Amino acid sequence: MPAAESYPDNLRYHPEHDWARVDGGEATLGITWFAQDALGELVHFEAPEEGATLTKDQAYAEVESVKAVSDVIAPLSGEVLEVNRAVADAPETVNDDPYGEGWLVRVRLADPGQAEALMDAEAYKQHLAEQG
Amino acid sequence: MQTLLRTPLYDSHVALGARLVPFAGWEMPVQYEGVIAEHRAVRSDAGAFDVSHMGELTVDGAGAREFLQSVLSNDVERLEPGLAQYTLLTNEQGGIVDDLIVYELEAERYLVIVNASNREPDFAWLQEREPADVEVRDVSDDYALIAVQGPRALERLGLPDAPAFTFAEGEVGGVECTVNRTGYTGEQGVELLVSAEAAAELWDRVLERGVVPCGLGARDTLRLEVCYPLHGNDISPETDAISAGLGWVCALDTGFTGADKLRRIKEGGPEHKLAAFVMEEAGIPRQGMPIVEGGEVTSGSHSPMLERGIGLGYVPAELAQPESELTIDVRGRKRRARVVKKPIYSREES
Repeated sequence: MPAAESYPDNLRYHPEHDWARVDGGEATLGITWFAQDALGELVHFEAPEEGATLTKDQAYAEVESVKAVSDVIAPLSGEVLEVNRAVADAPETVNDDPYGEGWLVRVRLADPGQAEALMDAEAYKQHLAEQG
Repeated sequence: MQTLLRTPLYDSHVALGARLVPFAGWEMPVQYEGVIAEHRAVRSDAGAFDVSHMGELTVDGAGAREFLQSVLSNDVERLEPGLAQYTLLTNEQGGIVDDLIVYELEAERYLVIVNASNREPDFAWLQEREPADVEVRDVSDDYALIAVQGPRALERLGLPDAPAFTFAEGEVGGVECTVNRTGYTGEQGVELLVSAEAAAELWDRVLERGVVPCGLGARDTLRLEVCYPLHGNDISPETDAISAGLGWVCALDTGFTGADKLRRIKEGGPEHKLAAFVMEEAGIPRQGMPIVEGGEVTSGSHSPMLERGIGLGYVPAELAQPESELTIDVRGRKRRARVVKKPIYSREES
């Protein structure tokens, strides 16, 4: 079942429709409800290698639906500690639960202070509204 | 900025919550609930597609049969009223101006249903060549076309079975239409040609019978699984019928436009052939991706039935045989693929 639209208050958001759940020096990353809805049912997650370096605002992975492929942009810089194998095996997990079981990677942050520059949920919702 | 055209079913699509996208100048539903669910509905039961964006041309007059025989690749002489035929409109080089279905309505009176994006070029092509005793008309705006496809399509519509590529007047839920036993999914089914005014009512009658509304997304994955070429992707005025594997719809003896060129290609053997392939590794092939061994992907997608990437592409002829190994360049990543016999998907093998 596709998830209902939501943007949890405890996450930080990147304008390219990515979220980060920051926990000290680490963060879990994923794509927002808006991103998965725009793509449709995901059928492939081209994951980074564990140990790969993420650079804020640069693509670090790809997600694909039947009709389209999209880069996944890193909201923060860091090193990949873990890739969500459940999503690699069953990409539709992202559609079902984009902020929970559908997380993409866990990273060790290069600079936890970067998170301050990301949007909170209200600002991201405003960003979506402005995009029309 | 050109305004997008809307079919007579536009309001129905909006009411159903379809996701509408521009396609060949039309605003068309790409999906309703989701491409994969719609695809599976057609493979297991029945789905309905609005394909009213396709063009309808009539060819009338004492010389109609002779004229069509000269411009279309298949043998029009094999038609009689009530029979339809898949065929190609070819150019002097043997290239494919369009692929279409021709219906013999009565002696010297034909209907041709053409791809949406080729409606105007086809009409112009035929008008430029029509002899004095033939008249070609574009009647597309008078009609809507609803494809109902799947193993339970006929049962759900209450229509009698009939051989493929036949057609007859009929009705569904009291709405009169022409029932064509044709389709683009590899499944049993019909395409219902209906007046534009009655289209929305027919659509409602079809859906009331438990047929799932399907968008162009599923239409594309369904046709790709069974290797039906898409004009503009897999075939074009620059590609010939022999290389495309469409020699079976070319009656070379009829002397149609480009037949001599095609005969030479057939006798010499084409340099490239349109091959079907399945990904052996993760990754989804897409149109335009290079094939490392030569050529490029002309159509590619995720197959909902095989649950892996599939595609079509022109490859060097010696690599077009089943089991040949190919390498697809998926945005810089080299991913292995294997050539398979067409169709990629068939019910018997799954």
